[in-house]
Amino acid sequence: MPKKRDAAKVTFTSATEMPTMPMSLGSMLWNKTGTWRNIRPEIKLEDCIQCGICWKFCPDMSIEIEDEWPVVDYDFCKGCGICAEECPTKCIAMVEERR
Amino acid sequence: MKKVIMGNHALSYGAMLARAQVIAAYPITPQTQVVELLSEMCADGTLDAKFIKVESEHSAMAACIGASAAGARTFTATSSQGLALMHEMLHWAAGGRLPIVMGDINRAMAPGWTIWTDQNDSLSQRDTGWMQYYCASNQEVVDTVLQAYKVSEALSIPSMVVLDAFALSHTYEVVDIPEAAKVDAYLPPFKPRYRVSPSDPRAFGGLTSPEHYMELRYNLQLDMEKAPALIEKTGREYEKIFGRYLGQVDPYLCDDAEIVLVTSGTAGYTAHVAVDEMREAGYKVGNLRMKVFRPFPFEEVRKYTARAKKIAVVDRNISYGHHGIFSQELKSAIYGHGDCKPVFGFIAGLGGRDITPSSFREVVDTTISLDHPAGEIGWIGVKK
Amino acid sequence: MSKEKKMKLTLPTEELVGPGNLACQGCGANLALRYLLKALGKKTVLCIPACCWAVIDGPFPHSCMGVPIYHCAFETAASTATGVKAGLEMTGDAETTVVAWAGDGGTFDIGLQALSGAAERNDDIIYVCYDNEAYMNTGIQRSSATPMGAWTTTTPVKFFKDEPKKDIDAIMAAHRIPYQATASIAYPEDVYKKALKAKGIKGTRFLHIYAPCPTGWKSRPEDAVKLGRMVVQNCIFPLFEVEHGETYKLTMKPSTKKPIDDYLKLQGRFRHLKPETIKIMQEAVDHEWARLLKLCENR
Repeated sequence: MPKKRDAAKVTFTSATEMPTMPMSLGSMLWNKTGTWRNIRPEIKLEDCIQCGICWKFCPDMSIEIEDEWPVVDYDFCKGCGICAEECPTKCIAMVEERR
Repeated sequence: MKKVIMGNHALSYGAMLARAQVIAAYPITPQTQVVELLSEMCADGTLDAKFIKVESEHSAMAACIGASAAGARTFTATSSQGLALMHEMLHWAAGGRLPIVMGDINRAMAPGWTIWTDQNDSLSQRDTGWMQYYCASNQEVVDTVLQAYKVSEALSIPSMVVLDAFALSHTYEVVDIPEAAKVDAYLPPFKPRYRVSPSDPRAFGGLTSPEHYMELRYNLQLDMEKAPALIEKTGREYEKIFGRYLGQVDPYLCDDAEIVLVTSGTAGYTAHVAVDEMREAGYKVGNLRMKVFRPFPFEEVRKYTARAKKIAVVDRNISYGHHGIFSQELKSAIYGHGDCKPVFGFIAGLGGRDITPSSFREVVDTTISLDHPAGEIGWIGVKK
Repeated sequence: MSKEKKMKLTLPTEELVGPGNLACQGCGANLALRYLLKALGKKTVLCIPACCWAVIDGPFPHSCMGVPIYHCAFETAASTATGVKAGLEMTGDAETTVVAWAGDGGTFDIGLQALSGAAERNDDIIYVCYDNEAYMNTGIQRSSATPMGAWTTTTPVKFFKDEPKKDIDAIMAAHRIPYQATASIAYPEDVYKKALKAKGIKGTRFLHIYAPCPTGWKSRPEDAVKLGRMVVQNCIFPLFEVEHGETYKLTMKPSTKKPIDDYLKLQGRFRHLKPETIKIMQEAVDHEWARLLKLCENR
């Protein structure tokens, strides 16, 4: 499993904790955009030819490569469907998200 | 080393001695000599700086913002229309907490086209979060630029050093140019705590919700409130090294004055001359020349007007639909403090109309003749 | 499933754009910056004016990025970048690449003066315009980059945009900058190659990247890359490079020039178009394509 990408949201309880210049203090990894989707990609690895196209075209950096195979990071995948559309062997199915 | 130089060049010398590293400027009368001399200084190596010849004042301030954010000491100069064009970016520099120093040559706003002096251009920017220093001599200009950098960099707040068009910008005076080594001791290199740098990647100025914006601005105000004490401290330091004190106000004979004139810019020096003349004629008048306008020197103004019976503010500006800006702000400063003395507001010298000692004579005579001001504005020298 | 076989990756794997950002599903702008930064690397500063990316990186005090961003005023992408570059050089950093990263509105319209100024001075910055063909961040209003025929919220169907797309590439060529190129997110290796080439050149470099916007174009999110491919194949958005405003080079010549109809059909913003209008649009595309081919021949 790829390392879980996560971070804490930055909050302040007082003006004294705030930076002088308006600037960032943390990442966006607390924002699990996986909650946005209605459909989710499911990769059928038997038909995957390891071309890297799904990884390449994911706008949200939500397909990672683990041990030479693509793995969807469902914490962040927004369900846009580009990976399924572009996959040359059509081994990615967009299925209805179950909640 | 003493030199006879014009006000504009005093700004250039200030920026040069401060070792400004990036200058981005666009020409506008009557500021042009500032940037022309700086251009020469960069070309002949007197000043090791990048001079960006931007295509507008808006871009000038944007480039200064970028350079300052990257950690460089920056300088620019402008006037009137150019300052107005920069308005959006002035907010950005202050909110972005960047210690940019800018020279502004007070020039009246068009239309009609004018190149002569009044203060509406800089005073229109009083809400942007910039500190403002109004100078009345070329010596003061050089000295103030150096102090401005020191205070700005300590507080992360930009400042403008303001000169009257022609009356100061193009007037030649003897100036003692401070020695570079001594300036370096007074004003070390700019070392920002945070800057745009790949080694510490951050996003500056991102979308800020109601949850956070107010505290960021609250902090700007708190830091601005530290300025009076810091100006005092750095002004005394400057006096120790260079023999000239740089304070927030320049009071003259206010202690026993029945009427205190409140003035700024070169008119403030004219008032000084007028006070001497009137004292000889038996008037008990004093002059409070205001040098720092932002942050407003509440304590000083209250202190030096405390004993007066009446106050006469002479504004070389107007906020249409209200009255003179120094007059408004002074009233708010003394309201609720001490006895409620009448404040007479006068407006003179708009668009470069001359302010002479006799203008002040008229101001004082009017003030003496009435218990309370007749209207909100006493217009001086207007052909009604 | 062979465990010995390796993934065939055509781009470096390091991500300098992080997930959890606020881009819409299927955002072309997200892809564009992702590819650009794979080429430019960590020693990059982005100056970002008002545009989608002013918001995508996340709200204060967060940033999804692995490189610094200086958010700047709308008109000032180029002037801020110029200032940042000067400031970095004067404080001892001559290596970091400074990029102005702006949308079409901030480039073609309000930011054009600053861009022209920087280009005329040949300031050492890479200006990248990611073009989604309207003011998307403020709600899909028309810009001068909006193609003729398109619906936007300020060019409603009854008065769809009548003017052709402003030819920003010609404007930049007129400045005789050392390098400029067009690119599309459907060809990431090409974006990467051009960005890498730009990185190695001094002076003002301009990249114009086509970035489909499902939200603003009323197209399916999954079609974003497909649209990026079709727009090159039908020659609406040709891929070419220009050096010093003189030498034009086509970097991709479609084997067959496709008609624009199929491309238009995938986007709701063109749904109202009548055949007569599409015919006019096709003729305009053909004309511009012929013009470009001629420029490429004249060496």
